[in-house]
Amino acid sequence: MKKLIIGLAVALAASTAAVSAHAADKTKACFVYLGPKTDGGWTQAHDVGRQYVEKELGDKVETAYVENVPEGPDSERVIERLARSGCSIVFTTSFGYMDPTLKVAKKFPKVKFEHATGFKTAENVTTYNSRFYEGRYIIGQIAAKMSKTGVAGYIASVPIPEVVMGINAFEQGAKSVNPNFKMKVVWVNTWHDAGKEADAAKALIDQGVDILTQHTDSAAPMQIAEERGIHAFGQAFDQIKAGPKAQLTAIEDTWGPYYVKRIKMVMDGTWKGGESSWDGLKDGILTMAPYTNMPDDVKKMAEDTEAKIKSGAIHPFTGPIKKQDGSVWLKDGEKADDGTLLGMNFYVEGVDDKLPQ
Amino acid sequence: MGIFESILLTIATAATPLLIAAIGELVVERSGVLNLGVEGMMVMGAVCGFAGASLSGSPWIGLVAGVAAGAVFSQLFAVLTLSIATNQVATGLSLTLLGLGLSGMIGEPFVGEAGSKLPNLFIPGLSELPLVGRLIFGQDPIFYLSVILTVGTAWFLFRTRTGLTLRSIGDNPASAHTLGIPVIRYRYLAVLFGGACAGLAGAHLSLVYTPQWVENMTAGRGWIALALVVFASWRPARVAAGAYLFGGVTIGQIHAQALGFGIPSQFLSALPYLATVVVLVMMSRNKRLMMVNTPASLGRPFVPDR
Repeated sequence: MKKLIIGLAVALAASTAAVSAHAADKTKACFVYLGPKTDGGWTQAHDVGRQYVEKELGDKVETAYVENVPEGPDSERVIERLARSGCSIVFTTSFGYMDPTLKVAKKFPKVKFEHATGFKTAENVTTYNSRFYEGRYIIGQIAAKMSKTGVAGYIASVPIPEVVMGINAFEQGAKSVNPNFKMKVVWVNTWHDAGKEADAAKALIDQGVDILTQHTDSAAPMQIAEERGIHAFGQAFDQIKAGPKAQLTAIEDTWGPYYVKRIKMVMDGTWKGGESSWDGLKDGILTMAPYTNMPDDVKKMAEDTEAKIKSGAIHPFTGPIKKQDGSVWLKDGEKADDGTLLGMNFYVEGVDDKLPQ
Repeated sequence: MGIFESILLTIATAATPLLIAAIGELVVERSGVLNLGVEGMMVMGAVCGFAGASLSGSPWIGLVAGVAAGAVFSQLFAVLTLSIATNQVATGLSLTLLGLGLSGMIGEPFVGEAGSKLPNLFIPGLSELPLVGRLIFGQDPIFYLSVILTVGTAWFLFRTRTGLTLRSIGDNPASAHTLGIPVIRYRYLAVLFGGACAGLAGAHLSLVYTPQWVENMTAGRGWIALALVVFASWRPARVAAGAYLFGGVTIGQIHAQALGFGIPSQFLSALPYLATVVVLVMMSRNKRLMMVNTPASLGRPFVPDR
């Protein structure tokens, strides 16, 4: 009996040792989320990416996340806690985590940090982003083809470069099909308020808009479009369930493959700081949901444009482009550089709105 | 449907949840209890309303589930503040935090699901009347409930004996107690009513306003309802006026933006809050009026001696 107990104890000790040794082998990847992980938009897309990491890398990786982290000083505490808890790499997934990420990174030089949509890097900090504007150019073209009234409604969140860039890309796409195409912009000044987004959608439709697009997080505008019998584009997620007859396509965020790539680089030691990654349609970091509810010729045009953007034949911001005030931004054939795009704080000619400063 | 009519309909939809939640809280505060958990009860109503509709396939069952969820959740607050006499402010705040977290957990399986909407009323002939047809005879059922609740509450508080008793408890629970009035029982019922109203307001969000579930979908509407009660100096008709003022300015500023007047959008977005604050300040300048209407024992726990 005594022997048996000793045997069990030894076996138990051995197995615990095995487990802890195993845990040490694991790479721990951590994520900081702005919203709830089931927001049906931005944060959920990142969480789907995290789940993809777990699926692809299995036992070799351990993930952790903190949701509902407000931007600003509060986030610094959360990021620091994650860094302290043994994360090898921390992904901070919102623009407002930029300075907190850099501050914590300074204190933890061995931990690697990746900040989404920002523009500041360091020894152990990189930035990553997705060229959403490529998708917005395509939906702008579709809108100009599909609209009968010639006016689209754009529900915008907050005036940061990312959103302004999206509006401009949409306008560029629409103009390439119909130079007289008009767009009404409504700023709701929030990312996440289904009710307000619905109000904005209704107001825009009441004012004669027959295509809606949005840069906010909920599927409410899609539902209103379905109810009122007009068309709309999904945001961050395929929202076909909310608008089976309304959705033309959606710009989907696909972070998973990028996360897997970067975590693998951490594992084999090839990860380097100070870099910025800005992938686009061709890298699969954003994808277009199936083109639905449109005639074949429009669908074909959209597919052509998508292929041309992937091959590099089309860059949505190619001159000649004037700014809204009429001054020249890009000369004939000139392409916008990434720096200008990432700091975009002006409208291109044709946008019928005053940019909030 | 003309644009004017359509704007009025949108305003009614935006104002309804605020009005219902505020009417509920008004009754609670008239009984001398301050429940800061409106946001939490409302979001519980929203998630349970959506879940009920989704699981049963009927938005009507969802409506009942939403009301029930708000009512049940409010009793947690009632037990803590009325029976154990905890601090009402702290308990109300934790009720909101708990509601937001719990609703996220309950709602997780329903994210991204297309919801079913409560059908609008339609009376052939009447609903087609120009201008007022849709507004009076073609709205969602909860809109009519909000009207009934407002009128009913005003009648109850100021025209019935029970209403008078409730108000007297809010002003002086000790005196009411010495007269043999069951203060705690009254307050329990008031909190229950407030919870049911908050639940109904939440269900309006997930079954009418935007038939879907997203976490935190109340987005601060519970807090606006709380502010409206003060703004209306605890009078139901003024609560209705306030809710419609807030809804009207909210919708109006969106239309102003879409028309492209060139007014900064941040200013326009802040306008509904600004308008409410301005009116609030103007109201409270009349000290006597505020004194008369503010429940004198608001927020103070009452422990009956034995």
